[in-house]
Amino acid sequence: MTRPTLEAVLRQDRGRLLAALIARTGDFQRAEDALHEAAASALVHWGRAGVPDNPRGWLLRAALRKAIDAYRRDAALARHRDAIAVLASEEAAAPDPQTIPDDRLRLIFTCCHPALEEKTRIALTLRSLCGLTTPQVAAVFLDAEPTMGQRLSRAKAKIAAAKIPFVIPGPEDLPDRLNSVLTTVYLIFTAGYAQGPETGIDLCTEAIFLARLLVQLVPDNPEVEANLALLLLTHARSAARTSPDGQTLPPARQDRRLWNRAELNEGVLLLDRSIARRLPGPFQLKAAIAALHAEESGPDWPQIAALYARLLDFEPTPVVALNQAVALAEAGHPAQALAQVQQLENQLSNYQPYHAVLADLLARTGQSEPAKAAYDQAIAQATSPADRAFLTNRRQGLG
Amino acid sequence: MKFMTLIYTDPALTPPMGDKMNEAYFALNRRMKEAGVMVAGDALHPATTATSVRLRSGKVETMDGPFAETREHLGGYYIIDCADLDAALHWAAQIPGAAYGTIEVRPLVTFG
Repeated sequence: MTRPTLEAVLRQDRGRLLAALIARTGDFQRAEDALHEAAASALVHWGRAGVPDNPRGWLLRAALRKAIDAYRRDAALARHRDAIAVLASEEAAAPDPQTIPDDRLRLIFTCCHPALEEKTRIALTLRSLCGLTTPQVAAVFLDAEPTMGQRLSRAKAKIAAAKIPFVIPGPEDLPDRLNSVLTTVYLIFTAGYAQGPETGIDLCTEAIFLARLLVQLVPDNPEVEANLALLLLTHARSAARTSPDGQTLPPARQDRRLWNRAELNEGVLLLDRSIARRLPGPFQLKAAIAALHAEESGPDWPQIAALYARLLDFEPTPVVALNQAVALAEAGHPAQALAQVQQLENQLSNYQPYHAVLADLLARTGQSEPAKAAYDQAIAQATSPADRAFLTNRRQGLG
Repeated sequence: MKFMTLIYTDPALTPPMGDKMNEAYFALNRRMKEAGVMVAGDALHPATTATSVRLRSGKVETMDGPFAETREHLGGYYIIDCADLDAALHWAAQIPGAAYGTIEVRPLVTFG
């Protein structure tokens, strides 16, 4: 029973323990090594003497001892005298992870530092905060395990060598850095939404866990609240997003009885709280758009188009422009939308939804031949059978 | 903790090192000195003045030009002493060349 207990404790508390250890050793890799060694001795000790009353506290104390041992083994021992003294006094105090300050926010900011590549931010966050193992993180990206292992070690080496700080950024940097954190969480969610729980890891659940954690660690922040609202409002509809025969369904055509009411209500509540702070930001706009999609009376397209236009001020990307065009078409302006979409061709020719939208707009404006060609492109680039089925069906509708 | 900031700029886009540009660099030098972060800093003559050498089979090969022919050239550098990468990136963003090119920030290795 020892191993499952240990795995459960680590899954639950790895982030908290790791953050506490980094705060105390000032070294990501040393902290991780110490926790790893502590887990190895837990297997032996717990197996012999039974699981301790406070397994988290046991692990933290053991990891502190391992960190001290590692410093003592280091050839440059003299440089670590102060660090050893600090760790020894911490260890002697038998710290309880329940009562020591939660350092996970510092850890999130380090993992999502813009000096790291986006994929690395996601991988490091899943590994460090969500407690996924390296093989699990590798599976998420369909990477080989050694490749992912190397990516994670390179990142930790950079954090140490380039001194990426383990701090909550100051007020001047906070908005940008927080956006980087929220974007990482959102990317984890969208990855999970796209692939489903096929790999045995539900990334949507992980992202919602992180978003909830952020609401707790960064209270009263409209973007943080809106990020969780966005994830909940989107996740609430996940059971309804494909038809029984496997086609992707837009929100307006979904069976609303399949929507998760609790998640919808919580999402709307959080969004209202965020909006009441009167400080619009990209996540607030995205959450508001998600909420409008879930309106009882059907999506409010003119309002959605207006919000996308506003979002373009924060994120002037072709993908946002494409979404705005979709809303514009739904609001009754397909010709205007088509003109806008056609301007995006150079930037989005490798982006599957571009071809799907273009095909739909061409069909709506009565241009069936070009529409068929665009559908062919969209079908060729589709990544899921559900999307392919939906598009094939639409193309056949053109005769 | 020391960092080197390598200033890469595109000569086609960068205004010549006239009075205005010099003034911007001098002002930054002053701010860096006041903050106690400046260790060293120099401007380089254009890449057209560069000569590259390498040793192959014991023989010195000498070539005209920089190590790599790129659109953006290494035009100068600072070595700064900062608490962490965030502080170094703050200073790097203030380098006038950042507006016309890219500043690469690299930590220096400390031996011993």
